Amino acid sequence: MLIISNLKASIEGKKILKGISLEVKPGEIHAIMGPNGSGKSTLASVLAGREFVEVTEGTVTYMGKNLLEMAAEDRAKEGIFLGFQYPIEIPGVSMVNFMKTAVNEHRKHKGLEPLSASDFLKLMRDKKELVEIDSKLANRSVNEGFSGGEKKKNEIFQMAMLEPKLAILDETDSGLDIDALRIVANGVNKLKRPDNSFIVITHYQRLLDYIVPDVVHVLYDGRIVKTAGKELAYELEEKGYDWIKKEVENNVIA
Amino acid sequence: MNDKSEITERYLTLYKENIDKISGMSSPYINSFREPAFERFSELGIPTKKNEAYKYTNLNIFFDHDYKSYFIPVPSDFAEAEEFRCDVTDLDAHGIVLLNGFYPTINEKLRQLPSGVWIGSLNEAEIKFPEIIEKHFGKYAKSETDGLVHLNTAMASDGVFVYVPEGVTLTKPVQVVNLVQSDDDMFNQHRNLLIVEKNAEFSIIICDHTLSPKKFLTNAVTEVFVGENAHFDLIRVQNEHNAACKITHTFIHQEKNSVATSNNMTLHGGLIRNSTYHYLGGEGAECHSYGLYLADKWQHIDNFVNVDHAFPNCTSNQLFKGVLDDMSTGAFNGRILVRPDAQGTFAYQKNNNILLTDDAKMDTKPQLEIFADDVKCSHGATVGQLDDEALFYLQSRGINKREARLMLMFGFAHEVIQNIKVEPLRDRMDNLVMQRLKGELSRCASCMVKCG
Repeated sequence: MLIISNLKASIEGKKILKGISLEVKPGEIHAIMGPNGSGKSTLASVLAGREFVEVTEGTVTYMGKNLLEMAAEDRAKEGIFLGFQYPIEIPGVSMVNFMKTAVNEHRKHKGLEPLSASDFLKLMRDKKELVEIDSKLANRSVNEGFSGGEKKKNEIFQMAMLEPKLAILDETDSGLDIDALRIVANGVNKLKRPDNSFIVITHYQRLLDYIVPDVVHVLYDGRIVKTAGKELAYELEEKGYDWIKKEVENNVIA
Repeated sequence: MNDKSEITERYLTLYKENIDKISGMSSPYINSFREPAFERFSELGIPTKKNEAYKYTNLNIFFDHDYKSYFIPVPSDFAEAEEFRCDVTDLDAHGIVLLNGFYPTINEKLRQLPSGVWIGSLNEAEIKFPEIIEKHFGKYAKSETDGLVHLNTAMASDGVFVYVPEGVTLTKPVQVVNLVQSDDDMFNQHRNLLIVEKNAEFSIIICDHTLSPKKFLTNAVTEVFVGENAHFDLIRVQNEHNAACKITHTFIHQEKNSVATSNNMTLHGGLIRNSTYHYLGGEGAECHSYGLYLADKWQHIDNFVNVDHAFPNCTSNQLFKGVLDDMSTGAFNGRILVRPDAQGTFAYQKNNNILLTDDAKMDTKPQLEIFADDVKCSHGATVGQLDDEALFYLQSRGINKREARLMLMFGFAHEVIQNIKVEPLRDRMDNLVMQRLKGELSRCASCMVKCG
């Protein structure tokens, strides 16, 4: 589904990603962990098509296509979804209007007719239930005045509405209490199918108690320094990131 | 003699040549205001950029022009005005049409609504309700600096009169459609007087339209009295062509515990200047002043707001937003005056602007004069582009850039529109603004003027 090969990227001339290679197959959940400043969010930004990140080397192939050549909105319509670490408040734009426009853009891309008003509202209702989002949130402006937890739940709700093939959740767990965390994780688990994949970016192992990853990668200083099964997450929780840093430094010296 | 006073000279001559004709139509009471107003106008003149309140607006291009003036209405002119229908079909309102500033219905110049409310021609009201006119006319429209207010008092003779007696709630709004139509370039003025007595409730919608593609200049004054504990709501929708200049001066006088709201929705027009004066003349009064302006090409839109906190414990709130495209320009000047006695004042002001091109320009100037200590006051102004983060957020959900930009601009504008309490009009405004932002002309379907 997704093949990242020797990806290097910088922001304003500063090298952030220093050669990342990674393959995600259909049905897999990958966790990307790592200390602050290791490049986790930059990687998410590159995949979603943020223009301020400059790719200097490497390739990203998504469903056989060169992802880096696609505009952000086209990536979305091809099935990539980014769950934002800091969802944006957009006063004056209602959630209903936002989602209706997005869903219909996706449908148009697939050659389908736009949804009728009643079908659309039914879809909203079903998905709200699925992700246990408060129904009133959907009547408000996009994220405006939402609490941190509500914003994150709203990301999961949007994901449910758009049914992506590859969802990248960028620190969706940060700032969540245990109930919100459970709702977010449940949403992911309910949306998981054999043909779609997730990249879950997180600083803590906590979220991985609820979302069980197939593969865990550790990102440090712009490189993936360790890849293993889910047990790696527990090891990190126990020992912190320092031993990884030491290991990397020792390797450099050796 | 310099250029500017030559321009003023035009209007002094206009007055001298026509004052007999004009006075012949009005009551002695209203005529008694004309000569003093003329004197004040000749002292102050047509405002220039040297006038602080007109610093960003050049009126010369419209005032320095030979217009035919419209002083005496001709019944035949009214035929077309009578046929005009607002295309907001589900708007349930008591309708009034003004043609070139005159009340065009020949027979029923003043009509009584079931609730005891009177609506109609100011000229007619002078005859029928001299005591009400004498109590209110000329009491609120006062300006030390703006010659145009005095030019209006000196020469205007008709306009809309509304009288809402004590305790009456008019559930349906009154809709005034101001039509400007002429085969020649034309200068016209009108004068409105709206009286909302104690405990009464009243909303008015004023729509400004132009019906023929000539150069027009309109200078209008509206005086509003809002009695104790009364509610008043004004919505002005401006949709004129690019060769039209509209100048409005609205004076809202409020008594204690009253609430007044003014919405200026400017969708289209060559040069528009709206001055809104809120006088909080009693304890516990509250006013809201909203404005939305969308401009493109060479249009210029200027909003001037003056809020006068003269009594304790009053609240005022200003929210003005604009989207400027092409080489259009805009100005906002918001003054808040808190007088020494006005303790416990809450006064807020916000002006946000989006410039869509490098050539568009906005001047914004808050002016706070606070002479009391126990005051909560805030103001903020922004001039910028669309938020890139928000744009990316929408794009990341599959919405293309053009559509995403539209949604953001619409959302920006909707923050003002949502304050319109009349629902069909609010929906209609949403609609018109969306069309306008898409670059389709937002004229109402009944407008014959194709101004490209």
